[in-house]
Formats: sequence, structure tokens, C-alpha cells
Amino acid sequence: MLYVVIVFLWTAILLYLLLGGADFGAGIIEFFTSRKNRGRTRRTMYQAIGPVWEANHMWLIITIVILFVGFPSIYATMSVYLHIPLTAMLLGIIARGTAFVFRHYDAVKDDMQKLYNRIFIYSSVITPLFLGIIAASTVSRQIDLQAQDFLSAYVFSWLNGFSVAVGLFTVCICGFLAAVFIIGETDSEADRQFFTRKAKWMIISAVLCGVLVFTASYIENIPLVDWVFGKPAGILAITAASLSLPFLWYGLTHGKAIIIRLLAGFQVCMILFAATYRHFPNIVLLKHGGYLSLIEHQGQEKTIEALAWALLIGSIFILPALFYLLYSFEKKKPGEA
Amino acid sequence: MDDFFAARSQMALSLGFHIIFACIGMVMPFFMAVAHYKWLRTGNEVYRNLTKAWSKGVAIFFATGAVSGTVLSFELGLLWPVFMEHAGPIFGMPFSLEGTAFFIEAIALGFFLYGWNRFNAWFHWFTGVVVGISGLVSGILVVAANAWMNSPAGFDYVNGEYLNIDPIKAMFNDAWFSQALHMSIAAFVATGFAVAGIHALMMLKGKNVAFHAKAFRIAAAFGAVAAILQPISGDISAKDVARRQPAKLAAMEAHFHTEEKAPLIIGGIPDMQEKKVNYAIKIPGGLSFLAHGDFNAEVTGLDKIPEENQPPVAVTHYAFQIMVGLGVVMMIIALLYFLALWKKKQWLQKRWLLRLFVIATPMGFIAIEAGWTVTEVGRQPWIINGIMRTADAVTPMPGIVYSFYIFTAVYLSLSFIVAFLLYRQIRMVGKLYDHSSEPSKAI
Repeated sequence: MLYVVIVFLWTAILLYLLLGGADFGAGIIEFFTSRKNRGRTRRTMYQAIGPVWEANHMWLIITIVILFVGFPSIYATMSVYLHIPLTAMLLGIIARGTAFVFRHYDAVKDDMQKLYNRIFIYSSVITPLFLGIIAASTVSRQIDLQAQDFLSAYVFSWLNGFSVAVGLFTVCICGFLAAVFIIGETDSEADRQFFTRKAKWMIISAVLCGVLVFTASYIENIPLVDWVFGKPAGILAITAASLSLPFLWYGLTHGKAIIIRLLAGFQVCMILFAATYRHFPNIVLLKHGGYLSLIEHQGQEKTIEALAWALLIGSIFILPALFYLLYSFEKKKPGEA
Repeated sequence: MDDFFAARSQMALSLGFHIIFACIGMVMPFFMAVAHYKWLRTGNEVYRNLTKAWSKGVAIFFATGAVSGTVLSFELGLLWPVFMEHAGPIFGMPFSLEGTAFFIEAIALGFFLYGWNRFNAWFHWFTGVVVGISGLVSGILVVAANAWMNSPAGFDYVNGEYLNIDPIKAMFNDAWFSQALHMSIAAFVATGFAVAGIHALMMLKGKNVAFHAKAFRIAAAFGAVAAILQPISGDISAKDVARRQPAKLAAMEAHFHTEEKAPLIIGGIPDMQEKKVNYAIKIPGGLSFLAHGDFNAEVTGLDKIPEENQPPVAVTHYAFQIMVGLGVVMMIIALLYFLALWKKKQWLQKRWLLRLFVIATPMGFIAIEAGWTVTEVGRQPWIINGIMRTADAVTPMPGIVYSFYIFTAVYLSLSFIVAFLLYRQIRMVGKLYDHSSEPSKAI
């Protein structure tokens, strides 16, 4: 049953990265859009993500619940040592969710819209930045359980070049996912070209940030190259992701919406796989060689069993409804919000 | 302010903020379902517009509730890591189920808000009902987790270790039913009275009276029925607390000395030095009867509780008085309203009845905040009753005070914006939702 829980944990993280990421990306694209095009971006994005955005963010809740029920000491350690970036991420989530809803449900459209937009755009960038920083910090070996002073316990645990580089990389991935998703939702040729350009820019930025991540890991003595390429599975995953890149580019240029979505999802899946499989079952690497493991630090057997059943039964309810939701709003029919 | 107090304040602030949005998010869907049903049955457009107007409000409240709930799931660990490390695997079951319920709620809300004219009308209606039911289930599950902190179950506590964990037993702890019942009804009372009060105000102002009257009738009916049921559930809760947490009951009642025929103390100012309550109304034997169903029963007082295990008396006592007092006022208004509906139809045309509802607008939510103060402060100094002290559960990270200031600023600004948005929604009713343009006549 432990492996059922672990599969759910990994899947929830992946789906949050894909769906929640595309959702954050909507704001990131708006961030990188010139003022005169922002209105258009906003409308297209809203039609696409309006009905599904709240469901997309549920994956974060599922992730956190699995952690604190099934692996409480991992959750507790992360909560203590990554308190500051977690708080920053939470503030981002509050700001973004409320600004998104306020700007669409304010009965009067006036200058307040500018305020909502600004908050939405900035928090859309900041939140995934910190999500990336938190993810990177779990493996950057900077969490020091013996730390005596404030800075090394609560600040340098997450503030380092590698974590920040991964944060930026995450932002690019989110923007890329959003652009790819939105291409299939556009009505006009002009819009399609516009978002295709955005998607290409985001790919280029993601690749550049990827280089930055490897550079930072080299400087900070994190054996990222070995993690990713040390075993055949990792090489395979990264090769597959890289090989699919030209196809993706082709798909973008020729407007094959379904193919590019699948390829984009595949690439993110491969990146997450390559980043996590090598330490498995360790999920948090600590300073001085310690680690937190999904196997050694699991909860008691009965808890894991109950959690697994709750997740399995839950997914019987959730998945069909979720697919129907995503499917229904794919078919474009006139509706009102 | 020290870090421990800051952590407690931040938690209280976050819960106090979230609870308002959670209540509205789980009750309003039922109001909408009624209005929506009437629109589908009668074809009266006012009902369709009312459903749409309310759904705008619900979207705002639901999103705010969802993000503040997400924050809470992290804050449990950020502020109380020691507690979560031990309690997570025991009382996590309702949270894992709540994840499902909440997910379904979000999906159903997507269908409902964006589904006008896209789906079969009754399927669309049904998704609205699902929002309400899954919201209610979420609420019950979260309260069951809180109940476990009051009434820990499903594990053996041996030499500081938590052994033989049984998550199902933990979920169905002794307190879950009484707490969940009391909270669910409270959500209906508070939301019913708040919504009815706002629409009553608009009727008094003579604006879009036909529209607001329909809205008022639906909300007032829900609120009034719940307000009449609430004392019964309150009695179940009181007897339950008396049995499980005598210290909490003693603090609620400022009951200092263990005695038979204990009086019910209404109001008053507890004097901690002299161990007595000044200026209170005392009903002889009242407390014995309410706590144990017998006017002569002995009720444990604070003198039987070691000082270091006593909750803060004054805060708990005042909060309890506020909750009960407001509950009684709302029950009386509810009884008057039903009297008007059945026997005194002419009252329905009177301004005083509407005025009563306007005055009662915030009462339900104040009562909920007060009730949670009783539950949480009354459990102190424990975070897990009798097992773990709150002070031992707090994060080692210094500087929580700043985090508290930041969250206070954020929640205050959000409250202002939500109130501002609501004000704008209501002001725009005439333009957006009510085209009947009847000559405005005040009642």
C-alpha cells in the first residue's frame, strides 16, 4: 500500500506542475506581454482557464495532505526549515487566487481592474518561483538540522544559486505550458501566431534556465549531472525529452495543437522523472549526508493503508468528474460567465 | 508579543478569517439551488437573475475560502510542526477524505458557474446541489479533525509515543458528532441571517423590492429553521463537553467551585483573584441541569483542575456568553418570523420585522467566531487535550511575530476588498439582475 501512496504523491506533484503550472503560466504570459496585447491575452486565457483553475490547484492540497498524513516527519522538517519560502508561496497563492476572481466578478469595471491585474501578474510569477525554490531546496543539501543561527537554519536552507535557478526554470516551464495549452484555445489566426511566438520564447528561456541550473549546481557542488545522467533511466528520459523538442517545434510551427500539448506534457513528465528517480526513496537530502526517505520515514502501517484507500476511493469520484469538466469546456460553445 | 503568542494569534486569525468564507461557500449553494429550482419550475426570470447574482457572490467567497483553506493546510505545519509530526498520521483521515470532497466541490463549481446554457438545465442545477453537499461534507470532515484535538482517540499514548494508530477510530472520536452538528447548523444560521439581513435592508430602502423580497424569503427560511434547531444541538454539545472536558465547561461558565445544584451564571465579570463572578444573574441548579440533566448533579469546578491545566477563564466565559446570547436573539427573531408566516400575515408588511433582520445581519457570524473562541481557547493549554501542550508544539523558528503582522495586513485588506466587492454587487442589482423596473415603493 505504501507504493500506492507514493504513486499518488508523485502523480499529484506532476499534475500540479502540469495543470497548476499552466495556470500560473497564464499570468506569466501576461507578464511578458506588451501592454497593448494584454487585453487580448487576458480574454483568451480567461476563457480557457476560468472553469478549471480552482480544480487545478487542488493537486497542491492533495500533495500536502499525503505528506502530512503519510510522511509526517518529512512534512514537519520541511515546514520548519523552509518556513520562509513556504510563507512567500502562500502569500502568492492568496494574492493570485483572489485577484483572479476579483477582476472577473467585480460588478463595476473601473480602475480597480488595474490593481487586480497587477497583483495577478506579479503573484503568478512569484508563486511558481518559490515553488521551484522549495523543490530545489529539498535536494540541495542545505537543510541543516544542526544549524545554530537563524541564517543558516532558516535562510541559507533555501537561498542559494541552485534553488533560485530552479525557481526561474519552473517559471519558464509554467509559461511554456500555458502558451502551449492556449494555442489550442485560440479563435483567430493572429492569436494563434501570437501564442506560438510566446511558446517559442518560453522554450528558449527554459533551455537557458536549464543551463543556468546546471551551472549553479556545478558551482555549488551539487552532483546534478550524475543524478540525471548517472543511470540509463535518466539518460533515456532526458534523451527522450530532448529528442521530442524538434517535433514540438515542428508542431508549433504547423499548428498541431494536440501533438504539442502531449509532447509538452511528456517533456515535463520526463524532467520530473529525471529529477526524482535517482534519490528515490529519499525525498529530502540534508546537510552532512542525512536524508528523509519515503520508506524509512513513512507513518504507521494502518495510517498508510487508510490513506491509500482514501486516495483510491477518492480518485473514483474525482477523475471521471475532472475529465468531464476538462472535456466539456474544450468543446467551444457560447456560454456566459 | 512573544513568538508563541504570535503563532497562536496567527492561527486564530487564519481560522477566524477562513471560517466565514467556508460557511458562506457551503451554505449559499443551497440557497441558489432553491432559487434555481424555482426558475426552472416557474420560468420566473427574477429567480434566474437571483441565482446568477448570488452565484457571483459565491464565486468570490468560494475562491477566498479556497485560498485561505490552502494556507491553513500549510500553516498547521509552519506554526505547529511538532503537533503535526505526531498528530498528522492519526487525525489525517478526515483531511484525506476532505481533499476528495473539496476537489469535487471545485469541479462542480466549475460546471455550475460556467455551465449556463451549455448543459441540460437539470444537470446544471444538479451540479449546483453537488457544490453544496460536498461543501457541507468538507466542513463536517474538517470539524471531525478538530474534534479529535478535543477528544483524542484511535491511538495508545505510551511513554510519550503514539502507538497502535487507528485512523478510523480517530475520525469517529467522541466529539465529532456534536461538534459537526453544531457547526453545520451554525453555518446555516449565520449565512441565512446575514443574507436575509442584507436583502431586508434593500427592501427597506425600496430598491428592487420584488427581487430582494424573493431573496429574503429563501435566506430567512433557511436561517430561521436553523436558528430554532440550534439550541437543541447546543444542548447536546454542552452535555458532551461537560462529560469530556470539565475544565472547558468550567471556564465557559466561570464555574470556580465544584458543587451540587450548580447555578447557571449569565453574564457577569469573573474575578480571578477572589474566584467568583461579579454582577451575574444566577439561576440555581441551572448549570447542573444543562450539563447533566439533573438539577442536583455535581458539576466539576476549576478548583478540581490543576492551575497549570486551566484554560483562560475570562475570554472563554465572555465568548460563551456572546455566542449563547446572540443565538437566543436569533431564535426569537426566527420564532417571530414563523409566527408572521403562519398566523400574523400582516406582520410581513411591517417595517419592524425587516428591521429586526437587518440588525441581526452580523449576529450569526459573531456567534460563530465566539463559539470557535470557546472551543479553541477553552481547550488550552492543550493542543491535543490531555496529551500535548500547545507551547510544546510551536515551531522553533524565531520571528513569527513578523509573519503574524504580514498575515494580519493581508487578511485585513482582503476583508475590505471583499466587503467592497459585495457592496458593488448589491448596488448593481438594479442594472444587472432586475429589469422589471417596477415603481420603487418602500414597504
